[in-house]
Amino acid sequence: MSEIYIARSSQIAARVLGGEMMVMSSVDSTFFTLNEVATAIWQAADGRTPLTQIVVRNVCDEFEVDFETACRDAEQFVNELSHHGILLVSDRPFDTSAGPVEAA
Amino acid sequence: MVIFGARKSGAAKRLNQSHEIAIEIGGMPVLFRTHDLSFREMMIDRYTGFISFLSRPTLEFEVELVTPSSEMESEEDVQVEMQDGVWHLQRGDFRAQWDPEAGRGHIRQSANPYSVDSVLRIVHSLILAGKGGFLLHAASAIRDNRAFLFSGISGAGKTTISRLAPPDVVLLTDEVSYVRREATSYHACGTPFAGELARVGTNCSAPVATLFLLEKGSENKIEVLNAAEAVRCLLRNILFFAEDAGLVEMIFRSACDFADRVPVRRLTFVPDTRVWDLIV
Repeated sequence: MSEIYIARSSQIAARVLGGEMMVMSSVDSTFFTLNEVATAIWQAADGRTPLTQIVVRNVCDEFEVDFETACRDAEQFVNELSHHGILLVSDRPFDTSAGPVEAA
Repeated sequence: MVIFGARKSGAAKRLNQSHEIAIEIGGMPVLFRTHDLSFREMMIDRYTGFISFLSRPTLEFEVELVTPSSEMESEEDVQVEMQDGVWHLQRGDFRAQWDPEAGRGHIRQSANPYSVDSVLRIVHSLILAGKGGFLLHAASAIRDNRAFLFSGISGAGKTTISRLAPPDVVLLTDEVSYVRREATSYHACGTPFAGELARVGTNCSAPVATLFLLEKGSENKIEVLNAAEAVRCLLRNILFFAEDAGLVEMIFRSACDFADRVPVRRLTFVPDTRVWDLIV
């Protein structure tokens, strides 16, 4: 997997309810419920940590999944959320010094 | 149970001089001013039970009545957007502006009751969104001072369950429920927005005890929904018309908060009166 960085868009609303993370785009109102693994990736999406590192630290170690499978699932998850502007993806770290990243 | 407003009476006729009429839903009076006396009379008939006699309306609309044109009969979808601090509402049959800061607005429409009805739904949905409430595609009713909401898409049974309600039940609406956020709870208020029952609701309110998501089936049963499912169903049935990211986010937060505080259940029912034995 080539190195990519992911950041949560500022144009979303998210809340944990009943142990589940719910995320909605305030742009197109798409609504997602994240499972435990997806929630772990979502919460670690700080714009500065490479996705591979997130997968190793927050998925493989926590959920006992092999790296290859975890990477494949993580890429699929990131692609889907980025398609709706909920997660932002870049090949370099985001500048998050000014707060959450604005969706383009 | 709190009773709002007043029933149509002789007093309503005496207010005729100014050609004004205030319609109060959820304790929020909206004043309409018209030069056409017959239009005002039509609105008094349409909104019986929701006419307000309070002197301080939340907002005021000038209604400009125009001759119906082919343009106004188009099937154009409703559009709601904010421009320079003013909400612009439009559909084939009406154009309206509303300045929330000034509390004033203008409606251009033909002399029909449906356009005002749509403006009221949109305006209330916007006001409620900012206050943590919402309009829900749901029937609602009060029993023993507690309100029950029955939500679902067309055909799910909103009108059916309303029609089956026993005499001790006060019907708030069979189509669009008004959910208002109070300090630590939610209240359902009656609305004049009727569905197939073609009957305005009762203008009163009570704390919401349960939200039921309706489904017709071969037996009566109630199932617990998990939080995510509850929020998803709520969001599907909340009426919201504006393309406004800030308000959409507030609606999401309200739906989550509601699902956190109010039991949400799936009610599968056989369409006969026994279903009301479960609504306690």
